[in-house]
Amino acid sequence: MFQVRIHGRGGQGVVTAAEMLSIAAFLEGRHAQAFPSFGSERTGAPVVAFCRIDDREIRLREPVLEPDALIIQDPTLLHQVDVFGGLARDGYVLINTSRSFEALGLGEFARTLRAERLCTVPATELALKHVGRPLPNAALLGGFAAVTGRISLDSVAAAIREKFGGAVAAGNVAAASAAYAFVRDEMRAPSHA
Amino acid sequence: MLKQIEGSHAVAEAVALCRPEVICAYPISPQTHIVEALGELVKSGELARCEFINVESEFAAMSVAIGAAAAGARAYTATASQGLLYMAEAVFNASGLGLPIVMTVANRAIGAPINIWNDHTDAMSQRDCGWIQLFAETNQEALDLHIQAFRLGEELSLPVMVCMDGFILTHAYERVDVPTQAQVDAWLPAFEPRQVLDPAEPVSIGAMVGPEAFMEVRYLAHVRQMRALELIPAWAEEFRGAFGRETGGLLHTYRTEDADTVVVALGSVLGTIKDTVDEMRRAGVKIGVLGITCFRPWPQAAVRAALARARRVVVIEKSLAVGLGGIVSTNVRTCFTGSPDAVHAVIAGLGGRSITRASLARVFAAAIGGKLEPLTFLDLDRALVERALAREREQRRSGPIAEGLLRDLGVVAARPG
Repeated sequence: MFQVRIHGRGGQGVVTAAEMLSIAAFLEGRHAQAFPSFGSERTGAPVVAFCRIDDREIRLREPVLEPDALIIQDPTLLHQVDVFGGLARDGYVLINTSRSFEALGLGEFARTLRAERLCTVPATELALKHVGRPLPNAALLGGFAAVTGRISLDSVAAAIREKFGGAVAAGNVAAASAAYAFVRDEMRAPSHA
Repeated sequence: MLKQIEGSHAVAEAVALCRPEVICAYPISPQTHIVEALGELVKSGELARCEFINVESEFAAMSVAIGAAAAGARAYTATASQGLLYMAEAVFNASGLGLPIVMTVANRAIGAPINIWNDHTDAMSQRDCGWIQLFAETNQEALDLHIQAFRLGEELSLPVMVCMDGFILTHAYERVDVPTQAQVDAWLPAFEPRQVLDPAEPVSIGAMVGPEAFMEVRYLAHVRQMRALELIPAWAEEFRGAFGRETGGLLHTYRTEDADTVVVALGSVLGTIKDTVDEMRRAGVKIGVLGITCFRPWPQAAVRAALARARRVVVIEKSLAVGLGGIVSTNVRTCFTGSPDAVHAVIAGLGGRSITRASLARVFAAAIGGKLEPLTFLDLDRALVERALAREREQRRSGPIAEGLLRDLGVVAARPG
């Protein structure tokens, strides 16, 4: 079972991101379960959503306590909420930022993890460019597909189209594709890993 | 057709496939997405020949459902928590009158203190109201139980409550197999009411009944509920033949054949319990699970048979009978031939507290080691409780309890987990 935890703030589409990820996995024939942390739904409040992916039926209903991957939609949460709690040593981390792990004050922590599994992507900028609104969720799923290889970009795009229609879907697919390309470049860069 | 959708939408699709003629609803979390989705289906015309009525309260929702069912319409509503309490008088009327309404209860805690999260207190508060109560373990089962509920209720002329864990199921996206309209049409016959307000053959429904026949009316309701104990397993079997899935029925057992310890629970927590039991089985522990799908009528004989071999029983229950302990465990004790102290009530998950494998494994191990009290509270914050008790000892005006606890925790608002 592969477990993903998504951290963000109310209004950033955190719950929708987990749902779209589950749809993408479903489209690849996997079992998937997405659910929110059911906090008070206030704009700006810290929000957590979860997604589990497996090849068999998922029965477990506890929150994701030991994630295999973290998506952090809002870097201002990094030093406010225990976003890394329970993260596996070989876990993946994807942060929505244009800064580096070092610049975010996470340099030391990052060195305890596998460098090739840590990525950043300026998802909000990509969303502003392609969607016209600062909603980084779909772009981050594109980045997630690139860094983890657990899901294809095509499935992410199909999931986005299932959730949204028309121009919104097209914009979010473009943002996800751009984030995918960005992360792939980042992973190839000599400074990475 | 396999779909990856929210539990609420899966239920809405199932209800729509049952061709309800009247849907009345008042929004309350966490059931709102269900009736929202049904409202959209009615508006788009996808669900034809159905009137969607926005009512002014839950009391009105049940009252409209009663009126619709009395007029011979297939009626549906959904609620949760305080909404169920607010309609309680009409809930009793629906069953007392013998009207087959189907209602989803998206299980949620009851205030005060106000809490929007999941537990079973709402459904348990109505356990003796005369409705059949079914509890879904998964969204697939929630979907299937609604189809079964319409047929069961209409056959027996009794209302049916389908309980599904609020948020944990209603807001979870998971894979469900949505049957075709043809499949549901073939399995669910048209509603043939036993009583109907028909101008061509006028009757009155709702007579005042004095001591001369009131007990008999109640007794007949009991007889009808007892008939459900035969119909539910028979139709679950029939459902399996038609839809290819083992859902519904009175109860489900899991790895109980040689189990010394049997864990009993209702609803979605059964999944986490099964995963915990699998881990303990790998370590050689003889432990199994009894999931109760039908809580009312209480399947006395089936539970007794399922527990016949057990040396101890651990009931994980998401409600607390204040001043008594467990509600489900009190029912289970009537089916257990061993010592009543070997049936352990573990109150868990109140107000949305997470129920984790780690905590369950600890409590199961304690039960097997003979170290579990008859009544315990899973992951109770003892230090927090002690501070509140100390405050009450030290000062008469110790203040409001909830606010005091939140202050001790250093939180200004409720938080999940």
